[in-house]
Amino acid sequence: MLRFSALLDRLSSEPGRNGKLALLTEYFRTTPDPARGYALAILTGALRFRRVRPAVLRALVAGRVDPVLFELSYDFIGDLSETVALIWPAPEAAEREPPPLPEVIRQLADAPRGAAAAELLAGWLDGLDETGRWALLKLVTGGLRVGVSARLAKTAVARLGTLSADEIDEIWHGLSLPYESLFAWAQGRAERPVTDDPVPFRPPMLAHPLGEGDLSGLDPADFAAEWKWDGIRVQAAAAPAADGGTRQRLYSRGGEDISAAFPDLVGSFDFEAVLDGELLVVIEGEARSFSMLQQRLNRKTVSARLLKSHPAAIRAYDLLSLEGEDLRPLPFGRRRALLERFVRQIAHPRIDLSPLLPFGDFAALEAARSDPGLLHGGRDAAAIEGVMLKRRAAPYLPGRPKGEWYKWKRDPYRVDAVLMYAQRGRGQHSSFSSDYSFGVWREGPEGAELVPVGKACLGLTDDALAEIDQFVRAHTVNRFGPVREVAHDTETGLVLEIAFEGLNRSSRHKSGIAMRFPRLVCLRRDKRPQEADRLETLLALLPASDRSA
Amino acid sequence: MSESHLQLARAGLYCPSGGFYIDPLRPVERAIITHGHADHARAGHGAVLASAETLAIMAARYGPAFAGRTEVLAPGERLSIGGVGVSLHPAGHVLGSMQVRLDVAGRVTVVSGDYKRQPDPTCAPFECVPCDVFITEATFGLPVFRHPPARAEIDRLLASLALFPDRTHLVGAYALGKAQRVIAELRGAGYDRPIYLHGALEPLCALYAAHGVALGPLESVGDKGRELAGEIVLCPPGQLADRWARRFGDPVCAAASGWMRVRAWARQRGAELPLVISDHADWDGLCATITETGARTVWVTHGAEDALVHWCGKQGLNARPLNRIGYGDENGIERPDTLSGPR
Repeated sequence: MLRFSALLDRLSSEPGRNGKLALLTEYFRTTPDPARGYALAILTGALRFRRVRPAVLRALVAGRVDPVLFELSYDFIGDLSETVALIWPAPEAAEREPPPLPEVIRQLADAPRGAAAAELLAGWLDGLDETGRWALLKLVTGGLRVGVSARLAKTAVARLGTLSADEIDEIWHGLSLPYESLFAWAQGRAERPVTDDPVPFRPPMLAHPLGEGDLSGLDPADFAAEWKWDGIRVQAAAAPAADGGTRQRLYSRGGEDISAAFPDLVGSFDFEAVLDGELLVVIEGEARSFSMLQQRLNRKTVSARLLKSHPAAIRAYDLLSLEGEDLRPLPFGRRRALLERFVRQIAHPRIDLSPLLPFGDFAALEAARSDPGLLHGGRDAAAIEGVMLKRRAAPYLPGRPKGEWYKWKRDPYRVDAVLMYAQRGRGQHSSFSSDYSFGVWREGPEGAELVPVGKACLGLTDDALAEIDQFVRAHTVNRFGPVREVAHDTETGLVLEIAFEGLNRSSRHKSGIAMRFPRLVCLRRDKRPQEADRLETLLALLPASDRSA
Repeated sequence: MSESHLQLARAGLYCPSGGFYIDPLRPVERAIITHGHADHARAGHGAVLASAETLAIMAARYGPAFAGRTEVLAPGERLSIGGVGVSLHPAGHVLGSMQVRLDVAGRVTVVSGDYKRQPDPTCAPFECVPCDVFITEATFGLPVFRHPPARAEIDRLLASLALFPDRTHLVGAYALGKAQRVIAELRGAGYDRPIYLHGALEPLCALYAAHGVALGPLESVGDKGRELAGEIVLCPPGQLADRWARRFGDPVCAAASGWMRVRAWARQRGAELPLVISDHADWDGLCATITETGARTVWVTHGAEDALVHWCGKQGLNARPLNRIGYGDENGIERPDTLSGPR
């Protein structure tokens, strides 16, 4: 536990990817099995255990520390785990050595719910120093946030020797804790682990955003075009297993097994192939908006009602393997022909083809990005967010190879809104007012009023942030803990230009809508608050299927 | 405020019987200065009474004509000003830092100035002065602030130097007090290579050395850059993120401050190696000191007053926050905006 705490501590203050990679590789090199395997499982998210809820943590600390002092401290620090780690009173008794990481995880998994788990945690906190307490709390609250992705952790393992992260990804799902065979392979002490997993994850081929000037170098004849779907990228794999049964699996783009949430799809994969495609909610042949799909995501199980109201489907766009044969070395055009025949043959009610778009020149595609009807995509418009360009001659290459696939997204929507609230950031941003809530006008019972439509913290230059901060300080009309209400009426206020990718219907927001990926574009010093946009303008952007919901 | 000899005036804490201010915010006729940090020691007073070291620091910062008249008061020596017994007692904060003890007919008020309880090889240790009214600072007045021994932090710096022997270790440290303490602690840990200084730190290091504080070999950074790979360089905290720091190639940026205990803040300030070294008392130090003085009345100023006032209340002490706007951070004392704010 001490080594792992020290690693998390260093990772949390190391800003650069390369620095993090060096720290991780060094940790894996110098930490014995099985502890490093547990660490890898935690960092990749492969190991999940019951989390301690913030309320439990608060109750625990309330038993040790004056609640007034705790609240004042929490307000000052802004991060619950860190506040508890810092404020936890060190016991008078001699320090006990905390158990090793695998032991911590085993005991946590075995602990009964509620008080017993809290008691266990308290005992460990008593035995740890501040860094150890912080790391343990990050671990048990599930908020590690040290800027390490599963991919980065695997890359660090690969760097123990000469492997690539893709090679690890390909066998990852056939491996299990504590990954001793993987480490042995990475360090050149053993052969590639033989897994009996017939449906391993294939790292996906990714597209580059189409940049300024990219088009001028491209010949339309070399490329196929498809819609860019606004769902989630998935890999559907099925193959016979050694025991005579069939293994069926649905992977997310990052290689996470999400089969359990989609029994309506996965149970009926009665083929031997690996498909690459988009997961969407499709009703009566029409692809629906991302907000519909969202209801189905991040669930461990799914109710019969939801299966019926939000039926999932796969819109297939590539075929990576067929009856045991790896198709990835074939050019796109050849794979596409095999895919079309395959989808026709299986005649699966929830799997269809992502159509190729007939286009003469790139201008036709450019127009269709925001008006899919121009290329017969009108029925699916709610789930289309642009177009994809794929080089016909390109093999399927994992990662993001240059010059092969491009994504050409619809331009973001823009709106002028008025700053309403500013919140001091928590965690990493805790010393700026960094979260800004903004609103647009609507007719209220007493005339025009602002209704909040979103919150953003990204996108502005430091200078603009400093200017907003100054405005906030000078125009605070109310304080609610870390939130300041800022003057906002027709004459006094700050107009912000906001860009966003789309709108969802939302019952949680007063305005009834929620923005997707809103970010601040610039300060509109030239506009008075009353010139900001109106709610009706935004409502008109909702997908037709959501408008009446 | 009848329970004390002091009152809060526009310019700061004022003693009507003695006609003097303590650490006033603006020029006054007569001032007693606890220590040389700029938010306590300002130029332009008619007369200044302080320790010899504090007067030397003020002269070094503001020039010899920083006050109309100066008067040295040695630690423990008593002086009567308008019937008020005045004496200075070491505060353990920086070189020459003093608490001010005021005595009228046996009733004693002590103004702590800034103080700390950790040992510090560069200044006289804090002396606990029994009193009826204690006016304490509260820079780190929350129980999340517990400063580890400075030596342990110095050991982490040296361990990093061993781990990255090819990288310059750039330590951001405030020019008065922190820089000299970091150097002295490094010497105490056996580090005897030359330590390189940003120009802004040189005058006060020289002043410390002239007052007999052993700092070992010090050299100017001057035009040097990458040739200082593997060396320790000290600079003002603001320089860590400045263009100036780029001359060292890929330095390890360390910052020495009590605020470094909070990870998010350390990260924001670009400190890969946060060193929790403070010249203020931590929470335990504040509480212990209040208890030791035996004071029944406590005024809390200069920091996170609420928590300490609450704690005093629980101990049955009569406590109140003393809002002295203008000390420390310019925006009120909400949180540190820069490392060069509260230390």
